[in-house]
Amino acid sequence: MEVTDETRVLEPGHTYNSATQKILDIPLSRLRSTPIGWLIGFLIAFLIMNLLLIAVGNLFVRGVGIWGNNMPVGWAWDITNFVWWIGIGHAGTLISAILLLMRQQWRTSINRFAEAMTLFAVANAALFPILHLGRPWLFFYLMPYPNSLHLWPQFRSPLVWDVFAITAYLLGSIMFWYMGLVPDLATMRDRATNKWLKRIYAIFSFGWRNSARHWRHYQSLYLLMAALATPLVVSVHSIVGMDFAYGLVPGWHSTIFPPYFVAGAVFSGFAMVLTLLIPLRKFYRLTDFITNRHLDNMAKVMLAMGLIVAYGYTLEVFNAFYSGDMFEAFNAVDRFTGFYSPLYWGLILSNVLIPQLLWFKAVRRNPLILFFVSIVINIGMWLERFIIIGASLTKDYMPSSWNLFTPTQWDVMTFVGTIGLFLTMIFLFIRVLPAISVFEMRELVHHTTHRDHKTLPAASQPQAKRGTHGAKR
Amino acid sequence: MTDDPHNSTPLSDLPSLRQQLASKKGKTYWRSLTELANSDAFEELVRQEFPRQANLLDSLNRRDFLKVLGASLAMAGLTACAPQDSNKIMPYVRPPEEVTPAQSQYFASSHILDGYARGVLVETTMGRPIKIDGNPRHPASLGGSDVFMQASLLELYDPERAQQVLNQSLPKTWADFLAALGDLRASLGQGENLRFLTGPVTSPTLQSQFLALGEQYPQARWYSFAPLERANFNAAANQAFGQIYEPVYQFSNADVVLSLDNDFMLTEPGHLRYSREFAQRHQPISNEGTMNRLYVVESSLTLTGSNADHRLAVEPALVEVFTAALAARMGIAGVTAPSGEVPGQSWLDPLVADLQRAGGSALVLAGDRQPPAVHAMVFAINQALGAVGSTVNFIDPLAFTPLAPETSLAQLVSEMNGGQVNTLIMLECNNPVYTAPADLDFGTALQKVNQSIYQGLFVDETAVAATWFIPGTHYLEMWGDARAFDGTTSLIQPVIQPLYAGKSPYELAAALLGQTDANGYDLVRQYWQTQPAGTGSFDAAWRDALSNGVLPGTAAQAAAGVAEVNTAAFTPTSQAAASDLSVVFEADPTIWDGRYSNNAWLQETPKPLTKLTWDNAAEISPETARQLELITGDVIEIVAGARTVEAAVLIVPGQPNRVINASLGYGRRTGGSVMSGLGFNAYALRESATPGFVTGVEIRKTGRTYPLATANDHWTMENRDLVRSATVEEYEANPNFAHEEEIPEANLLGEWEYPSVAWGMVINLNTCIGCNACVVACQAENNIPTVGKDQVARGREMHWLRIDRYYTGPIESPEVVYAPIPCMHCEKAPCEPVCPVEATSHSAEGINEMTYNRCVGTRYCANNCPYKVRRFNFYKYIDESILSLRPMRNPDVTVRSRGVMEKCTYCVQRVNHARIQAEVEGRPIRDGEVTTACQDACPTRAIVFGNIQDQDSQVRKLKDLPLNYGMLAELGTQPRTTYLAKVRNTNPLIEDQA
Repeated sequence: MEVTDETRVLEPGHTYNSATQKILDIPLSRLRSTPIGWLIGFLIAFLIMNLLLIAVGNLFVRGVGIWGNNMPVGWAWDITNFVWWIGIGHAGTLISAILLLMRQQWRTSINRFAEAMTLFAVANAALFPILHLGRPWLFFYLMPYPNSLHLWPQFRSPLVWDVFAITAYLLGSIMFWYMGLVPDLATMRDRATNKWLKRIYAIFSFGWRNSARHWRHYQSLYLLMAALATPLVVSVHSIVGMDFAYGLVPGWHSTIFPPYFVAGAVFSGFAMVLTLLIPLRKFYRLTDFITNRHLDNMAKVMLAMGLIVAYGYTLEVFNAFYSGDMFEAFNAVDRFTGFYSPLYWGLILSNVLIPQLLWFKAVRRNPLILFFVSIVINIGMWLERFIIIGASLTKDYMPSSWNLFTPTQWDVMTFVGTIGLFLTMIFLFIRVLPAISVFEMRELVHHTTHRDHKTLPAASQPQAKRGTHGAKR
Repeated sequence: MTDDPHNSTPLSDLPSLRQQLASKKGKTYWRSLTELANSDAFEELVRQEFPRQANLLDSLNRRDFLKVLGASLAMAGLTACAPQDSNKIMPYVRPPEEVTPAQSQYFASSHILDGYARGVLVETTMGRPIKIDGNPRHPASLGGSDVFMQASLLELYDPERAQQVLNQSLPKTWADFLAALGDLRASLGQGENLRFLTGPVTSPTLQSQFLALGEQYPQARWYSFAPLERANFNAAANQAFGQIYEPVYQFSNADVVLSLDNDFMLTEPGHLRYSREFAQRHQPISNEGTMNRLYVVESSLTLTGSNADHRLAVEPALVEVFTAALAARMGIAGVTAPSGEVPGQSWLDPLVADLQRAGGSALVLAGDRQPPAVHAMVFAINQALGAVGSTVNFIDPLAFTPLAPETSLAQLVSEMNGGQVNTLIMLECNNPVYTAPADLDFGTALQKVNQSIYQGLFVDETAVAATWFIPGTHYLEMWGDARAFDGTTSLIQPVIQPLYAGKSPYELAAALLGQTDANGYDLVRQYWQTQPAGTGSFDAAWRDALSNGVLPGTAAQAAAGVAEVNTAAFTPTSQAAASDLSVVFEADPTIWDGRYSNNAWLQETPKPLTKLTWDNAAEISPETARQLELITGDVIEIVAGARTVEAAVLIVPGQPNRVINASLGYGRRTGGSVMSGLGFNAYALRESATPGFVTGVEIRKTGRTYPLATANDHWTMENRDLVRSATVEEYEANPNFAHEEEIPEANLLGEWEYPSVAWGMVINLNTCIGCNACVVACQAENNIPTVGKDQVARGREMHWLRIDRYYTGPIESPEVVYAPIPCMHCEKAPCEPVCPVEATSHSAEGINEMTYNRCVGTRYCANNCPYKVRRFNFYKYIDESILSLRPMRNPDVTVRSRGVMEKCTYCVQRVNHARIQAEVEGRPIRDGEVTTACQDACPTRAIVFGNIQDQDSQVRKLKDLPLNYGMLAELGTQPRTTYLAKVRNTNPLIEDQA
């Protein structure tokens, strides 16, 4: 196949060493040579994170009442934020696990970063089920642990399924991400000049010696993990969707939710990856590794997912009227015309209409427009979650109890604060760990150079590496 | 202390100071010490009690002095112990008979509202009153209660009740007052310059004391005033019959009722009985004969109007026009038909036919908002119908009426302004400075009186203005007696020692008579000992009266020989132009005339129709709002003649057009922290000539807004059949109308099995009048906190039981339906499976239970509850730091903390109590043995609770009626609480304005 600018996943001219050097220069640079841009960005993110600390401190001291939640609207921004963050946390594992299994070579330069982003997003998401509790210090009641009361959590409740799904996903994602890091940590150990750094990286690289046996075990385990992580990607958001589908609130009670939530999650996850990668590759001049081909591919995935989500919206409305259920129909009409209708039309604009720009290749390959679209999608997905979760609760069965939800400053601080926490972790990650998988880039260098020269002797391949590129087109 | 060098100086006021210290307790004690610390007398006290420290006083510099002073204060506290005897204290070796821990005792007493008694049963546990309900043996209550009776429990424990005798707002003791009173009595002479001001007093003992005072001071004069007294009725009776009567209605005899601006379900002294009798006959399943029919013509939307079969909302001045047209149509001699347009023209013929067909079984009543002419015409109509003696009886006045009715408060004020009053004694009189008509300016006049004595429960506007203020006792703390609306006498017996060292009005009256050490028990008992005895000993009769709560055979007899109405009384009242705005004044359905404004339970109770909490508002109809371009929350200035007041607008469907409804009792300045800053003062517009309504009112927009906290913002049911209703014709044609659209349930889940009992509830929407008594009863029984206006505005009220109010029909003349909503205790409860920690579960008797300890507060259950009955503690709403409220709480119900979900439990503590009792006695629980708090409170007995598996239980029988339906049953929740659909007895000849 002809390699053109369109299909290139790595700019030409890179050697094993240049790729390694380029990537590892970022985390291994001396403290004093930290770019001023990073410092400023980190400082801002850190300050925003402190909003979260203040808000959570106040929350623990005074109670959930500091938020705007009320009695028809028991869940509002808290659970909206939870679902939004966990949706964002879908891109990483999808990119690394599913695309790995599908042998999509282009994934290699973005998977590390996407996985890290996943972890941080899931960590943010995992805060909310605890923060939203009336008595957060008793969160462990949701875990099945042996106790003198012989009392288990109630396994019929989707919230308990949530606990399992999120815990499994978080643990799976951490292990998958860390496994991917081990060979790179070893490289860093070898390249670090500071002896303390060397020791730290040595500890974390688990004595990786780059032996063929290591690689063989590594590759099979990595594949296995990918296979295990794949169902988790689907299960987490399906179960989050079931939190609502299981309830009988009009606007929640819908069988379409599990797949619709997964599609929405991937949609927002890819959007967040783009939101972060586009400035990152610009700032660290990583366009060689994160090429327009990557942006193009991600935009295509977003487009596909956006269409599924749009299908979901359509079906929700259709079912509301087709069911003959007056409460569902009322809810649908209320979304169109009610108090929160600007938010509803805002989400239709952001999630359905604007993403149609992605049909055009010029858009998909224009980082600036893509950045804009990705931000719009992130906002749209947040609105979608609020419309489903919060707005549905404002008007359910008993008109006497209807009440609107008005956020307080603490709602805003909590939400914005989690963005600060997320960015803080992203900044730290970029600074201390390779944001692009070094060993996989070296492998890519190998492939691209050999493919260009069409001198790919099968025998010269380390056998263990076959897994990653054996089915090259 | 013999070595004290300072002891030689005379200490004239030392004993009084010590006594003053001794009379105080707890926190106030320390606070008043601080206040005292500046006085010379205090220094002397320190010198005497702690001579060594006192020696330092002269030689210390300022800084050291402060240190010593701090220490002195601490030690001075000890002196309170010194004068007391050092008695030994002992625990109960043999506890008092009848007191069993955790076992409640019930005492009969009487709750007094504007002088009239309603019998109560007070539940006490370990000597603490914890719940108040109606006394079934008392004719004015029949076991039912209203919000005021229920919430009087909180009033008892209110930490802001007056605790201190005040003279010119300075703290004094009762002994100081007695000393001053001695001087005062010496100067009174024949009482030429002595005036008494009381509210309506029906107490025989107090009346006898008043008579004794009248003998002692023959020249003294008595005045009576209450803001909601029956002034117009009395004036009309005086004109029509030449003497004053009080009406007693017999709704049980009434087939057709016409109320002309009379909110008899709320404002009549007999309203609990009237509501019961009316409601028992206002249902198709009644076994007392035909269903009655209620017509209401009224100038504001009231509780009674909302329960009418036909309701006409008119401007207040037009009620008289309507009455005149009606009277003329009925051929009442002396009434000329009004010339202009008559509202409700289409009604008149069918109404007259209906009334005349019913004859003696018809009842027409007029409210005191209407001028005497309306009452006089109503007297004549009732006489013409033959209703007098059947549905309405006249009895001689019960309240103390020492003077002819023309001598009004206005005359007293003119005497005060004229300097003819040296001494004014305000006894059993509710806060006249605040409630008196605005044109009298009672507060200014009071300043011209040398010595004024006022007794009240709170340091209110009058207490601050009076020379002497004596803290009163709550009715649960004192001995007394009073008469009910029908004359039945009942005793007031205390169930607790006075919490704040107040004096009862009996004791104060005795002190005025010179009996300075009389106590209430002796006074009341002595009075009754002088009364002609029946058979048997006095002691036995006294005991019976105390335990029954009523004195048998004391109901007043109908006055004989009521005269024909004097036609001169029909003279029409001059009317204002119809296009003007008018303001009508009404008793507030939650805080009455303002006396309950410091009661947080009542402030947070949503008013029956507006569902407004913590405020009153200028209530106007949607049409008027459109014309005036106002929306809810706009602040307007209401201008009535020279008087103005600023009020927030609240749009209320069903309110007559061009009428502003203003409830009394808000906008108070003094008297407690709960009431501060709430609502607007409608008294400021009320003049002595216009006690009921003012016409010719203008409004001005201010451009400002004011937040109003309503608990139920939505007016309509959105075509959902939550509350099902039909007319009686529709019901007879199709008794199953309430089930027309129900879909049989398919259920994949198994059914629960109940080995013993299955609890359930039926709420009869025919008899529910929406009065809120159940809501407050639930609050008292279940330790439900109040959350405050801000939290209500956020939608976080905590009531376990709420009353939903919906409007149906056209917005110009809507009908109102009520539905009390407790937890439905669904068989397939949506809340149960979603709780991740199993904090809400299904009991073996079918009650959906909350385990507070297990609840982590996910709020998933509340989201999934279609009835929205779950309540969440967003903050820690119970303030445990208020010590005085602790003994009020029901010891059988957990006090919930922050972050926990709660909801109606069907009063599971009462169920458990009955189950234990039944097990001890080795028998099953009897039907009716368990009653819920809401059921007990309901004045109309609309709520029935019991074992739905018992085929003979009352609740089962009601559930088998065709009217019985489950709200939102189509969701498959299988609610345990069901409703009897509402049937209206509309007159088929009247086309409603639809």
